[in-house]
Amino acid sequence: MKVKYFAWVRERVGMAEETVEPPADVRTVNDLIGWLSSRGEAYAHAFEKPKVIRAAIDQAHVKPDAVISGAREIAFFPPMTGG
Amino acid sequence: MSVTATIRIQEGDFDVAQEIAALTNGRTDIGAVVTFSGICRGSENGEPIAALTLEHYPGMAEAEIVRHTDEALSRWPLQGLTVIHRFGRIAPGENIVLVITASPHRQAAFEAAEFLMDYLKTNAPFWKREESEKGTSWVEARDHDDAAAARWTKP
Repeated sequence: MKVKYFAWVRERVGMAEETVEPPADVRTVNDLIGWLSSRGEAYAHAFEKPKVIRAAIDQAHVKPDAVISGAREIAFFPPMTGG
Repeated sequence: MSVTATIRIQEGDFDVAQEIAALTNGRTDIGAVVTFSGICRGSENGEPIAALTLEHYPGMAEAEIVRHTDEALSRWPLQGLTVIHRFGRIAPGENIVLVITASPHRQAAFEAAEFLMDYLKTNAPFWKREESEKGTSWVEARDHDDAAAARWTKP
C-alpha cells in the first residue's frame, strides 16, 4: 500500500510518500503507526505523539482503530490548519 | 433548480468581486449573498510574518470540501455556493480562502458560510507554515477552531 506524509510528519519522516508491505498482524491505523515507528529514528520522531497524528484511508478521515486491509493509500498528518 | 457548488483549489489569487458576480449575474431570485475572505495577516502574536506557505493533500482536499458543500446544500436553502482555497506561498495582505453563499434570505447564507469555514479550518487537509525572521514553523491547530466546528454537529 502507498503511505503519504504531510506537513511536519513528512519533514520528520524525510519523504512525501512510499510503498510499504506491513506484516499481516498490522491490522489498524494504530498498528501501522507502531510498525512504522519501529523502522528507524526518523519514523519514531514523526510518530512520537501518536495521539496528535491524524490519518486518512483512501482520502477520507479515519480513527486510529480503522482497519487498513484493502486500503490503497494511507496518509498521516498533523491536525489541519487551513482556512 | 438544483444548485451545484463551485469548488477550486488553486495556487493563484482570486478576485472576490468577480466571483460574486459569477454567482449572481442575470439572476433576480437571490436575496442575500454572504462572502467570507480569509486573508494572510502580517503578524502573529505580535511577531511579524514574511509569508505563509500552505501545503495540501491533492484529491482529498477537494473531496473534503465537496463533502461539506454537499452537507451545506442539504441543510440550508442555498441558491449558489463557491469555495476557493489557495495553496503555495502567500504574502501578508493576500487572499487565502473564499466562501460565498447565496440564498433568498440572509440567515441561511450567514449560517452556511460560517459552517463551511468552521469545517474548512478543522477538516480540510491544508497546513500552514509561517516564515518569520526566526525561521519557519508549522502553525499549530487551535482548540477553539475544533469547538467552533463541533457546534454544528446535530444532536
